[in-house]
Amino acid sequence: MRKFIIKRILLSIVIFFFVMLIIYTLMRCLPSSYIESIARQKSQQPGSKSYQEWLAQLNAMYGMDKGFLGGYLNWLGDFLRGRFGDSWYYTVPVIQRFHETVWLSFTMGAIAFLLELIIAIPLGIVAATKQYSKTDYIISVIALAGISLPTFFFASLLKLVFSVKLGWFDLFGLVGRNYEQLAPVGQFFDKAHHLVLPIVTLVVISIGSLMRYTRTNMLEVLNADYIRTARAKGLSERKVIYRHAFRNTLIPLVTIVGGSLPGLFSGALITETLYSIPGIGYTSYHAMVGGDIPFSMFYLAFLSILTLAGNLISDILYAVVDPRVRIA
Amino acid sequence: MDDNKNLNSESTAQEAEPQYSLNDDRRVKVLSPGAMVAKRFVRNRTAVTGLVILIFMFLFSFVGGLITPYKEDQQFYRTEYQNKPYAGAVMNEELRFAAAEGQNFSSVIQAQVVLAVTTGKDSVKYRSVTYHVTEEGPSLYTVSLDDGTVIGCAYRDVVTSSVAGQKLSFDLIYNALKAYTNGANAFSADGKEYSLSDGGLIELNGSEVAFISRYVINPIMANEFLSRDFQEQLSASLENGDDEFTFVDENGVESVYTINYKASFKTWDILQATPSRVYDTYASPSSSHWLGTDRNGMDMLTRLMYGGRVSLIIGFLVELIATVLGVILGGIAGYFGKWVDNLIMRIVDIFYCIPSMPIIIILGAAMDAMSVDPTIRMAYLMLILGFLGWPGMARLIRGQILSLREQEFMTATEATGLSVHRRIFRHLIPNVIPQIIVSVSMGIGGTIITESTLSFLGLGVKFPFASWGNIINDVNNTFVLTNFWFIWIPAGVCLLLTVLAFNLVGDGLRDAFDPKMKR
Repeated sequence: MRKFIIKRILLSIVIFFFVMLIIYTLMRCLPSSYIESIARQKSQQPGSKSYQEWLAQLNAMYGMDKGFLGGYLNWLGDFLRGRFGDSWYYTVPVIQRFHETVWLSFTMGAIAFLLELIIAIPLGIVAATKQYSKTDYIISVIALAGISLPTFFFASLLKLVFSVKLGWFDLFGLVGRNYEQLAPVGQFFDKAHHLVLPIVTLVVISIGSLMRYTRTNMLEVLNADYIRTARAKGLSERKVIYRHAFRNTLIPLVTIVGGSLPGLFSGALITETLYSIPGIGYTSYHAMVGGDIPFSMFYLAFLSILTLAGNLISDILYAVVDPRVRIA
Repeated sequence: MDDNKNLNSESTAQEAEPQYSLNDDRRVKVLSPGAMVAKRFVRNRTAVTGLVILIFMFLFSFVGGLITPYKEDQQFYRTEYQNKPYAGAVMNEELRFAAAEGQNFSSVIQAQVVLAVTTGKDSVKYRSVTYHVTEEGPSLYTVSLDDGTVIGCAYRDVVTSSVAGQKLSFDLIYNALKAYTNGANAFSADGKEYSLSDGGLIELNGSEVAFISRYVINPIMANEFLSRDFQEQLSASLENGDDEFTFVDENGVESVYTINYKASFKTWDILQATPSRVYDTYASPSSSHWLGTDRNGMDMLTRLMYGGRVSLIIGFLVELIATVLGVILGGIAGYFGKWVDNLIMRIVDIFYCIPSMPIIIILGAAMDAMSVDPTIRMAYLMLILGFLGWPGMARLIRGQILSLREQEFMTATEATGLSVHRRIFRHLIPNVIPQIIVSVSMGIGGTIITESTLSFLGLGVKFPFASWGNIINDVNNTFVLTNFWFIWIPAGVCLLLTVLAFNLVGDGLRDAFDPKMKR
């Protein structure tokens, strides 16, 4: 088991190295970067140095003058030592901006994820137990509709109904107009109020796949021989489903849930941008569009690590939960 | 006889359908695997619904674009009226003066006359000369000397020449006003006979010379000449206190004028509505534009059709690229195994780990900065999406081939000495085609969502091309979100239906291909 884990971790490190190499290559290839536009701005100030001089100085400042591989190793070294540099777009250290935003995203993601689990798993099980019934059809179609729904369209619809027509929520932002005047409790509720629509969006958009996954796995278990045995023993249907079948359905569910835990930190790029919630997704969206290389590199590396961690966790959990896998 | 006939026909029917014994194979109708799949697919109601939606969307996008009378980027105009000042009118309340030819009717005397009129005296004295002020009517006073010589007159109704540049003699003005005040229909002046209508029109031998009106109307533009008709009708409207009046000029052109009374100056502004052509933006649905027009004045329904084309084509091409790459690499990895498999699967792992959405956003922003041509940009977008999409397909193919490789028919191909290329692409891949079709059908839906999300953010398909995503992009303008549902709801519904249909069909195909999997 330990050997298995160590092997997986080492592999993840190698993958990370190459993923970041590809990303670094892409970033270096961007012709019109933020550096150039800054250099252009600075060179246009009266009595300033020429554009070329500014460009050289800024390149040296950000380690862009080193060779390609040298630059990458330099960046990787800095990254591993925790030197993430300063964000060009936000003009503060990357890590500071990260700390300011990531927890909001995590809160939002965690609440949405919990709601998803609470809603999707029971519905998936109900759909599986009542296969081919009307309930099953409705749940399956709703799950597919959730998968097919483009985030931005759903968010716009929610905004139209709940913000414009009913006026229950604000269209944008995390805090209301009179946030500063509120007591701490009021501030908390103000934020919570503003997070309702984004969380609803997240839940509806991502609930479908979990629901389908639960249903498929439950069906697979229900068709297994040991369920037939349980029924043949004369156990009540309740006991068959909730004692015997559900526990076995948990195996794939636990691995997938465990695998998505790191992803809670990654932020919801699109949803946060749509609602202007200053989480990590929204922050990085603006950094990326604004050509902020240090912040973008940090965010991409962070996302890669989260993905790798997710895969690792689900692999390990799978091996832990299902002893049959361990040999492989 | 009849019975016999029936018997005969029955027996012929039996001959046509010969009786087989119960365990004869010919009793069972044999269907090809393809027909079985089709049969199972047609039985699945949701999948058929999906297929119908898809067919509709294809017709809508590809045929609709041909049928619609408008082009993708055809802009429409509407005429908007803007009020521009055209003329000014004043009701004359002050006395005006006209001096008779050769007489001295100085301004001092005029001032004295005004005083006399307001105080009701009938004569004024100035420098020991007495001037008699005779009231001829409500707004005409004759000023004469003791001997009766008329030296001038004071009046309020204004006599305006009908012919540009013509100067009116005192005699004409005086006599005309006199006749007007007294309600006479004719008068003589300068030895000529003039006729006078009730409206104040002065005519000589049937051709108009001048007219009398209480209103002084001047054009705002110096080069404009206001016809008498216009002035007369305007005066009538002013008299009635109208806000608006319509005038048809001699060329038959009708224009509407707005009349504004400015109380502080006691003047009227006459505004003419001049037409100007503007883009017909955000027009509501109508018979000529069923879904209205967008912010550029383009027909929404047509944009929707062309947008569907772009979205569907991108979806297909991206999946094509991803599938070709995935099948080749997955096939090689699965067939050869060992280090080749290891190498390719590690590459797949690496690509799997690349956060695709942020990468595409960064590349999109970079293309923005380079202002890449929209057509080339669309090609890049497809290449990027396709290149980021192949690892999933490669994994799927490899897994399938790993299990197929060990089966007997593969040993047989090896025994018959077929080439490796033939073994992979003629014998292994066709067995994976069901999985490929299902995965592609679901993948197109996902690609369309990705593309539309990017276009929505302004980083995907760009104007002048339409895509369902960049049509919805307009809701970033809250005013559009609130007021113009027809701009973005239809595009969103199309998007939702299409992606849903692809998923339904994919689901249905999976069930149809592999009945064991139907759960």
